[in-house]
Amino acid sequence: MVENRPFGNFIAYLTLALGVFIVAFPVYVAFVASTYDSATISNGNMSLIPGDQAPVNYYRTLFEGTARTSGQSVGGMMVNSFIMAMGIALGKILISILSAFAVVYFNFPFRKTAFWIIFITLMLPVEVRIYPTYKIVADLGMLDTYTGLILPLIASATGTLLFRQFFMTIPDELLEASKIDGAGAFRFFKDTLVPLSVTTIAALFVIQFIYGWNQYLWPLLITTKSSMQTIVIGIKQMLTTQDVLTEWQIAMTTAVLAMLPPVLVVIFMQRLFVKGLVETEK
Amino acid sequence: MEKRALFSSKTLPYMLLLPQMAITLIFFYWPASQAIWQSFLLEDAFGLSSEFVGFENYRALFGQPEYYRAMVTTGVFSAAVAFLSLSLALLLASQADKQLRFGQGYKTLLIWPYAVAPAIAGVLWIFMFHPTLGMVSGPIRAMGVNWNPMLNANHAMILLVLSATWKQVSYNFLFFLAGLQAIPKSVIEAAAIDGSGPMRRFWTIIFPLLSPTTFFLIVVTIVYVFFETFGIIDAVTGGGPAGQTTTLVYKVYADGRLGGDLGGSAAQSVILMVIVIALTAIQFRYVERKVQY
Repeated sequence: MVENRPFGNFIAYLTLALGVFIVAFPVYVAFVASTYDSATISNGNMSLIPGDQAPVNYYRTLFEGTARTSGQSVGGMMVNSFIMAMGIALGKILISILSAFAVVYFNFPFRKTAFWIIFITLMLPVEVRIYPTYKIVADLGMLDTYTGLILPLIASATGTLLFRQFFMTIPDELLEASKIDGAGAFRFFKDTLVPLSVTTIAALFVIQFIYGWNQYLWPLLITTKSSMQTIVIGIKQMLTTQDVLTEWQIAMTTAVLAMLPPVLVVIFMQRLFVKGLVETEK
Repeated sequence: MEKRALFSSKTLPYMLLLPQMAITLIFFYWPASQAIWQSFLLEDAFGLSSEFVGFENYRALFGQPEYYRAMVTTGVFSAAVAFLSLSLALLLASQADKQLRFGQGYKTLLIWPYAVAPAIAGVLWIFMFHPTLGMVSGPIRAMGVNWNPMLNANHAMILLVLSATWKQVSYNFLFFLAGLQAIPKSVIEAAAIDGSGPMRRFWTIIFPLLSPTTFFLIVVTIVYVFFETFGIIDAVTGGGPAGQTTTLVYKVYADGRLGGDLGGSAAQSVILMVIVIALTAIQFRYVERKVQY
């Protein structure tokens, strides 16, 4: 510490507490709303102390759904979201660790070309090419399938760059040693590279799981059946903001449920999360 | 920088690259080139035939007052979110950087909104600011403001800026905190010995040293507002009232899906691609990233 300024520290605590309050308040309000019945909320009579309707709301949301979601339960939507998030995270890790392995540890013609072909995709977020991509997925018959939800989102440069960067820091002596021991490329990959990359893999997994869970535009376009809906899309369907008949208590229960998995991942895997975020730089 | 020890194999590297290459070509390059091609075509109303019209789609686009309005909306939205989220994040990070009790706890409590989906963030804020049942709307009305984000475009924009900022502060906070912790303590101590107070130290030493981080975060935040706030807009305003909160990305979506104007939508996609490439190029130019080759 440079100097001791009790007043400065007091200001610091106050600022941070205020920051935490602003960050937490909207979520707290959503949680409170998930414990009231519809009438109390739409009359504007909700207080800041939780009510007693939580079991009813959570049961109905998870297992029954609402008329607006055509009877599709939020539990089912969470399963869809989970499959999509896992598929994107694992798929991305798999294809990018393989391609990084090829680019770093092999010398072959078109090596640089391959790297650049992957690298340039950093610049093309799904939003700028939605309709042509939609058309391809439709032509391949992948609308309303998990494959259609997952595949177009797993190719991106971030993972490959991250693994490439990490592989570059692994001493060459390790490869020389395994070569002397008679290990081939596959053996070296399985027994040396993957075990060394565990932390990087985990960090990338955390970031990509959150990315996959929170996808919005892509599932909105390619899912038409209510049974394929993800939770983030489902909540939009529950509220038509102009309409007083929105079942806000169910919508807010859904919001709480939709936030829970990724937020828990961030809180409990904070170290990996920070590592992944800082190293992929998005 | 390259490895000294390598494997040599004729086919294996291609096999390893195959999955990523296949997906990249099918879902990135092919659609991107399709978007460019389509932007020069005009489809008839039934989508049965199309003819090559050159830059007609672009000309039509720049003849639309709505397109300029979407540009202005995007500009205002980006500037407001970038300014608010960066200054709040820097304020919080500079306080969290002091050696406080529970420092780690504050960090955890501040970073988790990153994990909330943009659309959900929008839902949380519209619930609090809903004109009839929102908790915060009552007090605002009591102050004599006729608060209604459903009808008033300025109110709608304020609500979007608040939700987008709320979500982005955590990301910027994390990077500012890392940046602050990387500044050598000796520099700051030297300044303190020379008699400069905390404010002076911040503006003459810390802030200039943070400028690479700040610049990086400005670019990231602009990209965030351009693309990821789609979910917030769709959940909170749906581009309304009367298209006044429609951003460039939202317009691509709305024109293609609701309007069926695929050529115009493709032309907009191409313009967006150019913007993203420009932003990325700026970022690489000024923020040295550790990518060699």
